[in-house]
Formats: sequence, structure tokens, C-alpha cells
Amino acid sequence: MTPPRKPKIRIKFNKAGKVRFVSHRDVARLFERALRKLRLPVAYSEGFSPRPKLSFGLALSVAHESDAEYLDVELNELPDVEDLPRLLSEALPDGLNVVAVLPLEPGTASLQQAITSCTWRIEVLGAPQDEVTAAVAEILSSSELPQERVRKGKSTVADVRPAILDIEVEGPTDHGVQLVANLSTETISLRPTELVGLLGIDELEEGRVRRTHQWMTVDGIRCQPVSPPDSSTRHELRRAS
Amino acid sequence: MSTVWPQLEPLLPRVQKPARYIGCEDGARSKTPDPELVSWCFTYPDTYEVGLPNQGLQILYEIVNERLDARADRSYAPWVDLEALMRAEGIPLFSVEHHTPGHEFDVLAFNLSAELTYTNLLNCVDLAGVPIRAVERGDHHPLVMAGGHCTYNPEPLADFLDAVVMGDGEEVVGEITDVLARYKGDKVATGAWDRHAILADLAQIDSVYVPSLYEMAYDGPRVASLHPIASAAPPEIGKRTVADLADWPYPKQQLAPLTEVVHDRLNVEVFRGCTRGCRFCQAGMITRPVRERPAEQVRTMVADGLARTGYDEVTLTSLSTADFSDIESVVTGIMDDGESTDGEDAGCGPISVSLPSLRVDAFGVGIAAQLQRAKRSGLTFAPEAGTWRMRQIINKLIREEDLYSAVEAAYEQGWSRVKLYFLIGLPSETDEDTLGIAELAKNCAEIGRRYTKRASVTASVGGFVPKPFTPFQWFGQNTSVELQRKINLLRDTTRKMKGVNLKWHDPKATLVEGVASRGDRRIGAVIERVWRNGGTFQEWSEHFDLDLWLDALSAEGLTVEDTVYRHRAEAETLPWDHISAGLHKDFLWQDWQDSLAEVGLEDCRWTPCYDCGACTGYGIEHVVASATPPAGGSQGTGQDLSSGGAVPVTLLPSRKAAEV
Repeated sequence: MTPPRKPKIRIKFNKAGKVRFVSHRDVARLFERALRKLRLPVAYSEGFSPRPKLSFGLALSVAHESDAEYLDVELNELPDVEDLPRLLSEALPDGLNVVAVLPLEPGTASLQQAITSCTWRIEVLGAPQDEVTAAVAEILSSSELPQERVRKGKSTVADVRPAILDIEVEGPTDHGVQLVANLSTETISLRPTELVGLLGIDELEEGRVRRTHQWMTVDGIRCQPVSPPDSSTRHELRRAS
Repeated sequence: MSTVWPQLEPLLPRVQKPARYIGCEDGARSKTPDPELVSWCFTYPDTYEVGLPNQGLQILYEIVNERLDARADRSYAPWVDLEALMRAEGIPLFSVEHHTPGHEFDVLAFNLSAELTYTNLLNCVDLAGVPIRAVERGDHHPLVMAGGHCTYNPEPLADFLDAVVMGDGEEVVGEITDVLARYKGDKVATGAWDRHAILADLAQIDSVYVPSLYEMAYDGPRVASLHPIASAAPPEIGKRTVADLADWPYPKQQLAPLTEVVHDRLNVEVFRGCTRGCRFCQAGMITRPVRERPAEQVRTMVADGLARTGYDEVTLTSLSTADFSDIESVVTGIMDDGESTDGEDAGCGPISVSLPSLRVDAFGVGIAAQLQRAKRSGLTFAPEAGTWRMRQIINKLIREEDLYSAVEAAYEQGWSRVKLYFLIGLPSETDEDTLGIAELAKNCAEIGRRYTKRASVTASVGGFVPKPFTPFQWFGQNTSVELQRKINLLRDTTRKMKGVNLKWHDPKATLVEGVASRGDRRIGAVIERVWRNGGTFQEWSEHFDLDLWLDALSAEGLTVEDTVYRHRAEAETLPWDHISAGLHKDFLWQDWQDSLAEVGLEDCRWTPCYDCGACTGYGIEHVVASATPPAGGSQGTGQDLSSGGAVPVTLLPSRKAAEV
């Protein structure tokens, strides 16, 4: 007999300002502390060293910001989620802000499994806009982009072109050029920092980078992890006031 | 006040662990940098991860920030990668709250807990844009001060410090602020204040040492005399002792950092001082007498601290924590507070309580078992020496059977790894004493194998540094060659022992710790040379470089033999003789003689007074919550503990004498 499934909630939060320098692992610890501060009935793992059952989506690199981070929490019982965005935000450091909390349907796929791509705002510094635009056009017109990768200590060459779903040159910023890119997170994935390298411009540096969306596909429809496809709020977030 | 954040921010993606430099901790006091306020920058001269948990620094930080006329920020030594970028870009040392440049503060105040951080102190002062030598500072520069255990011999850093605080800082930090507040108006108006007048005023504060008001004379390797050269300077500088911890429930808001640090948990100090009388232990000697925090206050501080920070772990800090009166009921109370009324999980998960040190007896293990209901991996004991003769000499009166029964209890309760701490290089130590360490470890491992096949014993050995204000202060430290020989002896002997591992502290680092803790004012030039030659982060083995120190000593015409290795005579003036830790020098000398005669000295909490001076000189007494000695014995001292209740023990501080 399998034990009854425990309820889960999905938390959407953003990360901006000074806290963007806090690592993914440390963010997990901050959430553990925040959940304990609120005395939420978080489920713990069994065994000698019980840990709260938290599962994060894709890690965000240190120094990158985000409007769309997600975290699933397993609980012994479902709390009232209405006030949770505000209460959690208060319990977290400035810059980590919970924008939505939703109960999850039993059997919902994990974030790690479900996310297929992310949209990024990437600022590049050190090259004029037309040079950046030309480099982007070249990447988008290429049929393959072999990249050396080290996996389990072995160096392999992978074609990362399929991971680039879209890149748009939005325009100038105060210090550089703003790109908006949609990058796959599936089998072949690509990180924003790698994309900046792929542009092939010497002296080009990464400025501010911000993840704006994480996307999943349900029944062929692209949606975000806090908006279930059969809900009328499909493409919108339920925001805290 | 300005901020370096705009210059710093673009550098942070390029350095390791940038979260160390952003502040934003839970509990941080972000007081507006109003230029009218007396401003302190409390600095720990090591990395953020090591320095942030320092309780002394956090306590003073809160006390200053509670004042209406002052504010405090914190700063830590930037790691070498960021330091290189800061120097290249001209960014000064900054505080983590407002990223205010170090030179804009009124005081840079350092906590000194380890001698190997001394070169980092110089580096931090220099990075802050302040001349490292006190004599070169002008009226517009910050004052550079220090406190902490290492400052009981302040001389090696005397050239670099404007003022040093001896002992507990809770009261003194306020008195110093009072002085600075009187001069602050001048600084606000003109950007400068009269530092000579300030230093003269600071020297009037009890327990504040102003090194520039004293001069040392030398007789070859020895100190001939050390005397005041200003009328403002008292001939002897005492230490400050806070009589009642109940008056100081700090830190009230312990900092909970955004990134992982050492001791990443709630810490609650349960008492200060220790009268076990271990002769090698400087901490025990200089923090006397014992002052316990009321059990109810401990419980409140733990419950509030856990609720506020969201931590699920608390350490009760002190020396020999299991000696806290009625520790069992305190611990039980904390564990109960962590559970909800129906006894079920209250949604915070399990709370764990840890003690930094465990007594070597079954009682200690019993408490540990109560605390660590889960995760019984390793348990640590500190017998300190391998033979009973040696333990009598150091006054750590643990009998072999005490250790074996403690270890047996540990394995019986489900622990599989035992760690034993030992010192080598103790007075009159023979190879038989050294090899006794291996023998104890072997016997403990054999006991363990009766309970589990996985039983292992790690013997961890460190070289002994005879510290100021201990009975061993006259003893000449073992040479690093001799310490290495003893380590090799132990390594060869334990190699074939089943289940016994040996770990050791680098004897070369022990040598430098001796130089920095036992030297006189001439060591300042050595520290400066090491720093100028790039010797920072010397407490990090990957950066430690003995040759830098030996070269600097020889360049200054000094030797390790004179500074560290030679025994000192009763009549010799010690470099720290103008400082008082409250202990009578003749008490320490007598205890040194008793030691050599292998005579032990019982814990004075439950025996008549030995007049060491720590209480009588200050009009205070031990503050213990219970006149009954701790359950489970006194580490095999053979002391008749049943008589404990008959010994007059004062339950509250005697304030009368303090008022006189």
C-alpha cells in the first residue's frame, strides 16, 4: 500500500537587486528558514537527517536576476494560500519576493520535468548595436552550432543550435545592447552566458541578465508553471495584491 | 557618507561567493549613515564566513546601534580575488551594510580571536585607506581599536592600534562612544578632531590600553621595562568583567546571513568563564569568574531566536557547557519548546541543540544522546594528554576509566566515530606521554569494536602554545622540529592500529602562533614585513608561509629561540606584565610550580577560594544558578562532590564592591 499523497504548493518568486549574488543553494536555505518562520506544516523526509521537502526548478546562475522562479513544497496539510505571498515575502530578504502561491493538482509533473524553455533579457556590453545585430542574425541563420562541452569529465561536441528558439535585438541600454532570447532547457540546453560567448565578438561582456519567463507545454499549449492549462487564467499570473 | 556599491557591483560577478559582500542579513541594523553620529565599523580580519558568526562582534554592533548618538556597520576581510580587483580599481575596504568606505568611519574596531589573522588586520587598515602605523595617522583618520582574547598580549600589534580594550566589551564600548561623542562636533565641523586629546581621554577609561602612551625598553631578547610616558596613562591596565550576564541578553537579534557561514545556526551564550583550572587554557584563565545566564533567560533567548531566524539548530555556547547548572532541564525545556502542544510536529521540523564541548564522562554522553536523537555520526572528547601524569601537570584530571566509560557510553548509544583532542609539546612531556595518546586511541577503538565493526577513533593533535596569563606562560614552547618529531612518532605508532586515524595541526603554524602571542612590541615590525611581502590569510593553510615569518624575524634581528622557545624566569619582565587579567602573578607562578610537582587543583566553584584574583580584585563572585555541583562528577577529580552544597556559593553578583 502506498502512503496517501501529501498536498503540494507551487511558489512563484522573483529575485532582483543585491540578492542576485546569492547562490541557488543558499536561496533554498533561505526558503527553508522562511517556511519555518511561518510555521507552515512542511513535510520532512524520513531517515537520520530529515530535510524539508522542497523542490526547485532550474537553477539560476549567481548574479542573474529573475521574474519567474519556481519552487514546489510538500506539506502535511494544505495551508490557506491567500496571504502566503505577502507573508513569505516578509519572511524572506529584500529582493526575494513571492508573487504567487497555488495549490498543485495531485500528479502534477515536477518543475524539472515540465520546463521546456526560458525567456531571458540579456544585456551585452562592449560592442555597438549593429555589430551585435549582425552576430545575432548570423547565429539565427546558421543550421548548426557545434559547441564543446565537458560532461562527466569527457569533452564532447554538441550542436546547440536547436536550443536557440529565438533571439531579438531590442535596442540600446544605458551601457550596451538589450537582447531578448528564448532558450531551450530540454535535452540540448543553452545558458545565457554561453549565448553571449556564441556571438563571437571579442571584448563582448555580459551585463545584466534577467530570466523573465519559464515555459512548459501542456497539451501542445505553451504556458507558465503557475497557470494550469484548463484554467481561464491560462496566460496570466495570479498576483498577490 | 559615501558608498562604493556602484563601483563594487560590476566586480561581484567575477569573484567567488559574491554573497559575502552584500550584507542584507536577517537582523542587520541598517541605521542611516548620518554624519553626526559616532560611527563604528566592527571588522573581523578574516573572511565573512569565518567572521560573521563571531558573537562578540555582533554584541557590540547591537549595543552601539541602540544608542541615539552612534551607529555601527560591519566589515570583513575580502578574499584575495576581490582584494586584487579592489586594489586595481581603487575601491577601499567597505562595510557590508551601506558599503561605506572604511576611512569614513570614526573607529575601525577589530575582533582578534586568532593570532594568524594579525597580518589581515594590517591589510584591512591599509585597504580602508588608513596608515597602518598609529603614529602616521592624522586628526582626520579613524581610530583603530581592537578587543578579543588575543589582545591580552597587545604588544605585537601595539604599533598599529590606537586603543585596545581588555576583557568584556559590553560596557566599555559605550564609555568609548561617550568620549568620542564629546569630540564629534569638531569632526563634523572641520573634518578633523584632536586625536591626542581623545587618546588621553580613552586611557582614563578602565580597561582601555593606549599603546602610544607607553614605552618599552629591552635588555637583549628580554623586556627590561615597560612604562607610561604620559601622565594620562595608568601603570597597569586591568580587564573589564561584566558581573551579570542577565543584564546583557545580546545579541538580541543574531544575524542570520544569506549565504552559508561556519556555525550557521543560532548561538546562545549560556555562561562566561570557567574554573576547571586547565593550565594550558588561556580562555579559562582570562574569562574568570563563572557567570551563568539565568536558565529562564536562556530558554527565552533560544525560543525567540529560533522563531525570529527560522533556524532549526541552536548551540549553547560557553567553555565546558555541560557544567551549566541544571543543564539537563534547560536542554529538555528547549526540546519541548520546539514541539507543539499535542506533541506532534509543529511544522518547524525537529529542533536540534548542540554543545560545543562535551565533558569526558558518561553524563556528557547522556546529554549528547538526549540532544542528538538523530544523526549520531561522531562525538568529540578532549582528554588533552595521553597519560595521567601529564594530565595532572595540565590539571585536566580525567582518569583513563572516565574516558573509557564515556567512549563506551558513546558507542553503546549508537555513535560509531569518536574524535579525541590532544595537545603535544606540554611541559615535561616525554615520549612515553606522547605515545600514551596512541595507546588511549587504540583502547577506545577496541571498546568501539565491541559495538560496531565500523568503530573508528580519530586522534587530533595540536602543538601547544604557552599563552600569556596561564601558569604555563613561563614555559618555552617546543620547537617545530620537536613537534614534528612527536607527530611522526605518533604517525608511525598509529599506522598499524586498527580503526585509529591521526590528524595534526601544522607545527609551523604553531610556531608562528607562538611568535605572535608571546612576542613583545618588536614583533610589530615582523608582522608588517610579512604583510608587505604578501602574507595575508596566514590562518588558511594554502596561504600560510613560514619562510615569510622567519625572513622577517631575521631582518629585524630577532630569533624564534628568544621569542618562543626559551623558558622564562620568575624575575623576568614579561611583555604583557603591564596588563592584568585579574589573576595574581604569584598565583600563576605557584600554579606553575604545582604543575611541575604534578599537583592538581580542584575546581573552585565548589571548594574554598584559592585567591587567584579574578573575583576578589573586582568585587564580584561566581554567579551560578545552583550551589550543587553538576551531576555526574567532576571529571574524575576525586573531589568529594557530596560536600558541594555546603560550600558557600553566591547566587547573585555582589554589586556592593563594584560600587565602591
